[in-house]
Amino acid sequence: MTKRLSLVALMASVACLVLPSLASAQGPNAIPNLNSELDITWVMVAAVLVLFMQAGFLLLEVGFSRQKNVGAGVAKILVNLGIATLAWWSVGYGIASLSGNKIFGTEGFFFHHGQEIAGLTVGGGDAALMLFGMLFCAVSLAIVWGTTLERIKFGAYVIYAIVFAAVIYPLVAHGVYGGGLLADVGGKPVMDFAGSSVVHLTGAVGGLAALLLLGARKGKYGGDGKPRAIPGHSMPIAGLGVLILWVGWYGFNAGSTFGTTDNFFAEVALNTQLAAAAGALAAMAVIYARTKALDVGMAGNGAIAGLVGITAPSGYVEFWAAPIIGAVAGVIVVYGILAIDKRLDDPVGALSAHGLAGIWGTLSIGIFGSSRLILEGASPGIWYGITDGGFAASLGQFAVQAVGVAAIFTLVFVLSYATFAAIKATIGLRVDEEEEEAGLDISSHGMYGYPEQFIPAEEFGFASRTPVTPDATKPATATAMASTPSQA
Amino acid sequence: MKKVEAFIRHEAFEPIRQELLERGIPSLSISEVKGSGRQKGVVEHYRGASLTVNVRPKLKVEIVVDDHEKDLVVETILKHARTGSIGDGKIFVYPVEQAIRIRTGEEGEDVLQSHEGVEVPSGS
Repeated sequence: MTKRLSLVALMASVACLVLPSLASAQGPNAIPNLNSELDITWVMVAAVLVLFMQAGFLLLEVGFSRQKNVGAGVAKILVNLGIATLAWWSVGYGIASLSGNKIFGTEGFFFHHGQEIAGLTVGGGDAALMLFGMLFCAVSLAIVWGTTLERIKFGAYVIYAIVFAAVIYPLVAHGVYGGGLLADVGGKPVMDFAGSSVVHLTGAVGGLAALLLLGARKGKYGGDGKPRAIPGHSMPIAGLGVLILWVGWYGFNAGSTFGTTDNFFAEVALNTQLAAAAGALAAMAVIYARTKALDVGMAGNGAIAGLVGITAPSGYVEFWAAPIIGAVAGVIVVYGILAIDKRLDDPVGALSAHGLAGIWGTLSIGIFGSSRLILEGASPGIWYGITDGGFAASLGQFAVQAVGVAAIFTLVFVLSYATFAAIKATIGLRVDEEEEEAGLDISSHGMYGYPEQFIPAEEFGFASRTPVTPDATKPATATAMASTPSQA
Repeated sequence: MKKVEAFIRHEAFEPIRQELLERGIPSLSISEVKGSGRQKGVVEHYRGASLTVNVRPKLKVEIVVDDHEKDLVVETILKHARTGSIGDGKIFVYPVEQAIRIRTGEEGEDVLQSHEGVEVPSGS
């Protein structure tokens, strides 16, 4: 059985290698169809990479949590991924789709084969694109919860996830990608290639709304009001999470080309890599200059910030701009975390790494957007505007990018705050003090994430498990004592 | 009977255990403890915030011996646990009223440590 399976896999991989060359051998007529299938193949590979990012978020959040709250992170990711999937398929995709008006889409609910959406009939390729969008929605939702770790009620996850994946995220996606209001602001589109704002800022703003209503973890702020570090339990796990996210981002950004035309997706991937590297290094340098410690967690936040920063511009800027964008994001994330930590308890730094870096990334297109790459109707960035005389138009594009950020921030904040306020008023948002103290694993999920840290394992290798009553009539003899070495 | 209770650095334990075993004193208990003294805490840096841990991890060793073996135990601990720096720890000696071996119920000084002619498991 295994052998047959691996043979099939081998044949499939051989076919993958051979097919492109076959395509060129079969003459021009065969190419468009095969090209489209190659495009969709790449989108599916990218979709799997984006799905893998859930593992990255899981490990990042678990690593930055204490040992008593790690199982909760696992349950949360799985339940949220489940809800995002079904809510997007049934409702969310319809609202996000290209159909309908400038506020929301009206076709594509309960997505199925042969369905008419915006004048097109749904086939396999549309399923790939719909799935890709679904996983973006799931990423955005995963970002929300970074601010809420170690104290939120599980029910709040469930309710907000439904609202988020069915309504909030789809409205944002429709606004920018579905021909909505933000696709045309005074004649210019808001450019956000893979979602610095649409996905990352949206998630972070949802997290901000939750955090404002939820409050800080117990013990985060001392009597003097100063923040205290509550160290996460595993830097290796958090680091693995960062690197898995980094890998997943290849799908996130380079997959947003929706195809392999001109091999442009490789350029997007290189931009992504350059920015992430610069972000990690910049954050490390800044935190070292401030605290004289080569802070492990901050290096991770820097890499994420670089990735978030390049997400919007990854398809619109040249290679030289990518490390600059990433480095600036790396600097922003450190100062952002230090400033936010004074007032708001954001255990993983999501507000800075996804929010502030997301804003920066979206605005950076207004500075570095290359005329070779930008959308039709858009103007190149200010950098180019200075040299080729189109400064006013470039400034206009920068303003449009800022409008996009402000609009998304406002929409997501209002809807999220209302949803969380409703949750707080009904089932409550936060576990009680005793449950928080004991940890969410045991109080909400009935078991410890690391049971043996809390419940000692039994001793191995002793003779009898049943208690023995020494025979009172026969006191132990000297020989009996001598036969076994005395031990305390 | 006396109980010798010593708070020592982790790295001092193994040579102490080895030497006490060679001198016929195999029975002891240890526990991981945290405490403060003249030694300062450790400052940790976590994502930009610093965190001072004011208690340091130490090892607590408890050994109950006959009165006449007490000085031997104390000397052995002093010999291996002393580095001369702050943080070497402390030794306390208490009187012990009673000793009972759970397995057999026997009592008295006989249960404390091994005696002449009794083989003890050799630690390495």
